[in-house]
This record gives sequence, C-alpha cells and structure tokens, in this order.
Amino acid sequence: MTATTPPSPGPLSIQDLSGDPRRQTVEMVVRVVLTLAALTSVVISILIIYVLLRDAIAFMGTIKLGDLTDDVWLPRGSRFGLLSPLLGTLWVTLVAVVIAGPVGLGAAIYLSEYARPRVRRIVKPIVEVLASIPSVVVGFFAIRFIAPEITQRVFSSSPSANLLVAGIGVGLLTIPLMTSVSEDALRAVPHSLREASYGLGAKKVTTVVRVVVPAAISGLVAGVILSISRAIGETMVVFLAAGGTGSRPDSPLDGGITITSAMASVASGTDNVVGAGNTFQSIFFLGLVLFILTLSLNVVADRFVRRVRQKY
Amino acid sequence: MALTTPDITASVVRARLHGEKADIAGAAFRYLLIACLTIVLAALVALIASVSGEGIEVLSTRGIGDFIQRPFSIRPQIAGVYQAIVGTVTCAVIVAIVAFPLGLASAIYLEEYASDNLFTRTIDIVIRNLAGVPAVVYGLLGFALFVTPLELPFFTLSLNDVTGGSSVLSAGLTLSILVLPIVVITSAEAIRAVPSNLREGGFGVGATRWEVTRTLVLPNALPGVLTGTILGLARALGEAAPLILIGAKTSGFSGGDPGDLTGEFNALPNLISEWSTLNPRQAWTGNTQAAIIVILVLVLGINAVGILLRNRFEKQK
Repeated sequence: MTATTPPSPGPLSIQDLSGDPRRQTVEMVVRVVLTLAALTSVVISILIIYVLLRDAIAFMGTIKLGDLTDDVWLPRGSRFGLLSPLLGTLWVTLVAVVIAGPVGLGAAIYLSEYARPRVRRIVKPIVEVLASIPSVVVGFFAIRFIAPEITQRVFSSSPSANLLVAGIGVGLLTIPLMTSVSEDALRAVPHSLREASYGLGAKKVTTVVRVVVPAAISGLVAGVILSISRAIGETMVVFLAAGGTGSRPDSPLDGGITITSAMASVASGTDNVVGAGNTFQSIFFLGLVLFILTLSLNVVADRFVRRVRQKY
Repeated sequence: MALTTPDITASVVRARLHGEKADIAGAAFRYLLIACLTIVLAALVALIASVSGEGIEVLSTRGIGDFIQRPFSIRPQIAGVYQAIVGTVTCAVIVAIVAFPLGLASAIYLEEYASDNLFTRTIDIVIRNLAGVPAVVYGLLGFALFVTPLELPFFTLSLNDVTGGSSVLSAGLTLSILVLPIVVITSAEAIRAVPSNLREGGFGVGATRWEVTRTLVLPNALPGVLTGTILGLARALGEAAPLILIGAKTSGFSGGDPGDLTGEFNALPNLISEWSTLNPRQAWTGNTQAAIIVILVLVLGINAVGILLRNRFEKQK
C-alpha cells in the first residue's frame, strides 16, 4: 500500500471506541432500514402471486372448464380457447430458439475459443448493443424488414404478419442472452482440460467440440433454457408482428397470438381497458400461466448454472 | 540443439499429426463460427439501417426541435413526440429516485449485514426469480397495485388515490419494481468485489458496521453500483408492455407536461408501437422511424454513459 490508500474513517479516540450510544442508535436504525429495503422484494413477490392467483381464480369461476378447449381465444367475445395462445407461444419460442440457440452458441464459441483479445474487446460490446435495443424497435424491424424482405420472399402465400416473423424477431432479441450465458460457461472451463487435449495431439476443432463444449454443457443448457424463458416472456415483437388473430394456428406461417400478446391486446386501446365482466380478468389468468411457465424454466436453468459452479 | 531449425521440426510434426492433410474440418468449423458472429452483426446493421432511412429524412426536413416539441396529432405532418418524451424522461427520474436507493439498500443488507440463514437465502432466491419474471407480468402487478385499489385480505390499499390511476407516476413506480432485481443483483456483485481486508481494517480501528460500509465499502463499490443502475435504467426506458397495462394513452390526449405526475401519460416505446401499426402509405413510417431514432439515441446514450463510467473508474483503480 502506498500513498493512494482509500479515505480513512477519520481519527478515532478512546471515547469513540468505548461505544457512544448515538453510534449504536445509528447502527440500529440503519440495520432496520436496510432490512426493510431487502424485504420489499419479498413483498413484491407475494403481491405478484396474490394478484395473479386472486384474479385468475375469479376468472376461472366465471367460465366452465370446457371453455378453455375452444378453438378461438377472443375474450371480448367470451371465447377462451387457451390452446391458441399456448400453440402460438410454442411456435414463436421454437423459431426463436432454433435461431438464437445455434447462432448464439456459435458466436460464443468463437468469442471464447478463437477470437484474439483485441477482436473480442471490439465485438463483445457490439453484441451487447443488440441486447439493449428496445423490443418495440425489433418489432418494427420485424414488420418492415423481416416480413417483406425475408419471409414473404420464401413463403409468399402466407399472411405478411405471422408467427414465423415474430419468432425471427424474438430470436434476434434472444441471441445476446444466449451468447453471454454460453460464453461465461465456456470460459469457466479450466485451461488444463484444453492443454491436456492438445498434449494428446488433438486439433483445435477436436478440442473445442469434444472437450470444451462437453465440459461446459450444463451452462450451455442453462443458456438455452433462459433463452426459452426470455422468448416466452417477450411481448412487443409478437404483439406487433404476429398478426394477432385468436384462432388456433396450424403452423408458424399462420397469424396468431401468444400468451403475452393476448394480454397486451386486451389491455391496449383507449376505451376498452376495463372490458365487460371477465374480459380483463382473463389477462390475469394468462399472466398466471406465463408466470408459472417462466418461473419453472428459470428454476431449472438455475440448477444447471449451479452445477457448472460446483464442478470447477 | 540446433541440428534442425525449429520451424522445420514443427511443420513435420504438424503434418504427421494431421495425417499429412490440410485441416479441412477445423477450417470449416472456424468459418461456421465466424458466420454465426457475422449473422449477429449483419442483423444489427440491417436493423439500424432499416429503421433510420426515412427517419433521418423526417428529422432533417422538419428539424429535430420541431419533432420533439410537437404534441400528438392525427396529422402525421405535424405529429410530434413531446408527450412521449416527457413521459419517458419522467419515468426515468422516478426509477432513479425509487429503484436506486431501494436496490442499493437491499444489496448492502444482503452483502454486509445478513448472516447466512434461511431468511437471507429466501430473499436471495426471491430476487433472482424476480429478475426472470416477464415485464408484462410486472404490468399486471402495477395495474393492481397503483391503478386500481387493491383489496387485501384485511384492508384495501388505495394507492391509486396518490398516483391518480393510469398516470406517469404509476408507470414510473411499476418500472422501478421491474428494474429493482437488476439493481440489487449488480450492486451486490459490486459490493462483493470490494476486498475484505478493507473492512477488516475498518473494524480493526473500532468502526461500526455502518461506518465501515459508508466510508470504506460504498466508495469502492460505487462505480459498479452506478453502472448497474444505469444499465437497468436503459432497460426500463425501452419497455412498452408493462405500460400498456398501466394504460399509456396512445391517441388523442392533451396535457402530459413535465411535472404533471398524476395525469394521462404516454411513453416513447408505446408511441412507437402505436405508430408502427398506422397506415404506412401516409407519412407514419417516417415518423415512426424518427421516433425510433430518438429512443435509440436515448437508450444507447444512457448505456454508453454507463460503460464509459465503468471504464473510467476502472482506470482510476
């Protein structure tokens, strides 16, 4: 330690050390305030669960269980076919993960195993920029670029706004998450494993594919699960680009809704925020389904992340 | 030692190891990875290019000032983003005032005060799970908590009397709850990174826990805490979904001036969402793109400040 020591707490005398009651009071007050602050997160969680459960149960009381198997999700028309938003979510998530998984993983492997430090220092922030772009902007990009320039050229008979377009947009949004989680997992693999592989005469590609990737597999799986969770929760891209029709989609080329976009479309608009009867309650029901889905995925992903940490 | 030159030896060994063939699989794999990275970069370039073409035209012909200072209109030629910018900036201020102190205090509690017991572990798990809750669900909470009176088992919580229902105050508070877990997690990481011998030095001269935290830990953790808060702020400003549920007005309202916390409001992401669905044959596409440029400058600007701040503090250390 040289002259640049951090600021000292000031000179202390014997009197200070003997325990000034005021200092003890301050200490107590601070402790209480900090504990209360930490408790807000718990209160927020309880409130989320309470609010979702209360209105979802109230909603379930107003419909028959058989109503959920309807073909169409159209709350204003009192039609609550849950399969439409569920299938829509499934297609969008599938497309998003098929894009974000391999591309994100490839980018992560390159950044972690191949790129020189200089390249990495430039490229990594650029990937982070993609992560910070608001999702409405990606939604606009999906309707004005992805739909006319990519999907309509290949599938010209399908409607311009469909689940595939939304899925590609969501995939773009998810890539940075997949890349950063995977890169962390790959970089956590100890160098000794790579060196042992090279020592046995393995090529770079063999080392990466047979040694580094298997060693990091827990983290990579966690990345995929977190990407799925993120894709399921994404709202604005789907709201703008998926078409918004409440009928059951047969393929990703149909227009459709997801759990999130169905919530947004009930809530959006000027005069219909409070719809008749159970219309508005239906979005709390969807919210509960969404909450349970993402929470369980996140818990599973957390298990995988912990496994990486334990191993090394 | 110098019987053969090292590079000849190396090339012979390499040729033997590779079966005297060029490493086609290795090269192919490498190019595949580069292709993945290129897709990411190309997508980013295409995104920025496609949202900026007509937008720059609108901003330059009408003037940035005109576009920013004009309120809502159904006529695209004179429609501006005034109320949306006011709403977004007000939300940012509320988030900074609410989420920063609350998140920092939680992080200090978790890292400096809490002992490793069930209570602490519960809070830790709760915060981690909150970070993964989709934004739209926070919108539902915000609606139930701030926009309508919330009937709890023993009493009714009427926060809407204070917030005025669907108002910018409700929106800001909802976004504060949304970013709180991010602020807590990044702040806790920054506090954890402060070397423990600093704390031990403080305790050694008889300082209380709060004195150690205030004078030794916080000054050293502040750069990380600030970066986390700023990145959380940037995230909050781009969110549209929760504000749809809070009831952002997307058409036909007057007011929305700075300081009007309890009146009707709008925010940039919601305005962009509304404008992107309007008839592209009229001038709305250009307007939407111009609004997107405004929000990108705002969000990426805030991000850049966060990253620059981090780099500067890191250099000082």
